[in-house]
Amino acid sequence: MSDFIGDWHALLVLVVAGFLPNEVWRMLGLWFGGGVDEGSELLVWVRAVATAILAGVIAQILVLPPGSLASIPDWLRYGAVAAGFAVFMLTRRSIFAGVVGGEAVMLGGKWWLG
Amino acid sequence: MVRWPLALPPLDSTSWQSPLRAFAWGVRSVASTVLTLVLFATYLGIGALAHDSHFSLGWVLTSTALVWAGPAQIILISTLGSGATVVQAAIAVTVSAIRLFPMVVSVLPMMRTPQTKRRHLVLATHFIAVTLWVECFRLFPHVPRERRIAFTHGLGSGLCAVCLVATTLGYGLAANLPPLLGAAILLLTPLAFLLSTARNCRQLSDVLALVLGLALFPLVSLLQTGVDILISGISAGTIAYGVHRWRERR
Repeated sequence: MSDFIGDWHALLVLVVAGFLPNEVWRMLGLWFGGGVDEGSELLVWVRAVATAILAGVIAQILVLPPGSLASIPDWLRYGAVAAGFAVFMLTRRSIFAGVVGGEAVMLGGKWWLG
Repeated sequence: MVRWPLALPPLDSTSWQSPLRAFAWGVRSVASTVLTLVLFATYLGIGALAHDSHFSLGWVLTSTALVWAGPAQIILISTLGSGATVVQAAIAVTVSAIRLFPMVVSVLPMMRTPQTKRRHLVLATHFIAVTLWVECFRLFPHVPRERRIAFTHGLGSGLCAVCLVATTLGYGLAANLPPLLGAAILLLTPLAFLLSTARNCRQLSDVLALVLGLALFPLVSLLQTGVDILISGISAGTIAYGVHRWRERR
């Protein structure tokens, strides 16, 4: 058990910093959801901030890459994501095509570098 | 986007009479959307990220089942992994999770009947995250109202099972693959999130928030505050909202 999950401290961190912060918003939606208009100005701001936080996380993974992603040169990581985005736009917003395109550029680039 | 043909029975079919069959139709609907594939890729990436950030397999599986929100899990793993405190990680995750509130608010009325009690909706509410939210809007018109909760339980459990398998695979692959393929799996996360967020952009403020958020983080991270993600996210989001307001007024 302790090898599988880690110690109880790690599990507690998961509940406090991962589970509760998400579940709180879901349950608030369940309890008080009746009165909120989906198009309200507050929710427009909330969506913008949530989107920008997610964008920050994407940038963090690319700029300060974890683990084996760090073995790929900076320019190739950025180039691969830019290529993926270009393929996504060219294929009328196909996520699948964009992901495959980005991955192909990264693998091809790394292979070409040797 | 590619959509596999929808194979749900007609609304008046007898196969909707049992909640158990409705649950089974929910599980089967997992195979009817390309979003399942995107989710699979995302969770491969999360498993690999957890491995390379030195979390245990059981921990990341528990996080998939309990947190059930890809962005939140990535924020949690990458902030904790890069040395943030539990409080800093909790704040970043809490702010990122606010977007679940409007999703819950907009989808629950479609599941309710006059007989529905709040407690009947708790599990279905837990399953709400971006993929399920999108699929509910697409599939609910083909599901009788009184079976929608059972159907959502099936759809949610099915998607969760897919993600648990993907998490395990990603974790195992990151541990055993040569570094180049490990890097390819880690790259799935930013790619899948960037593209699915870009797809979900509904108005100018969303697009601006995405672009500014990408651009501001590298600058803010030079300050090394420990809450870089929060600072860049709240400022980029607020600027994007400000531009949206300014354009509305004109």
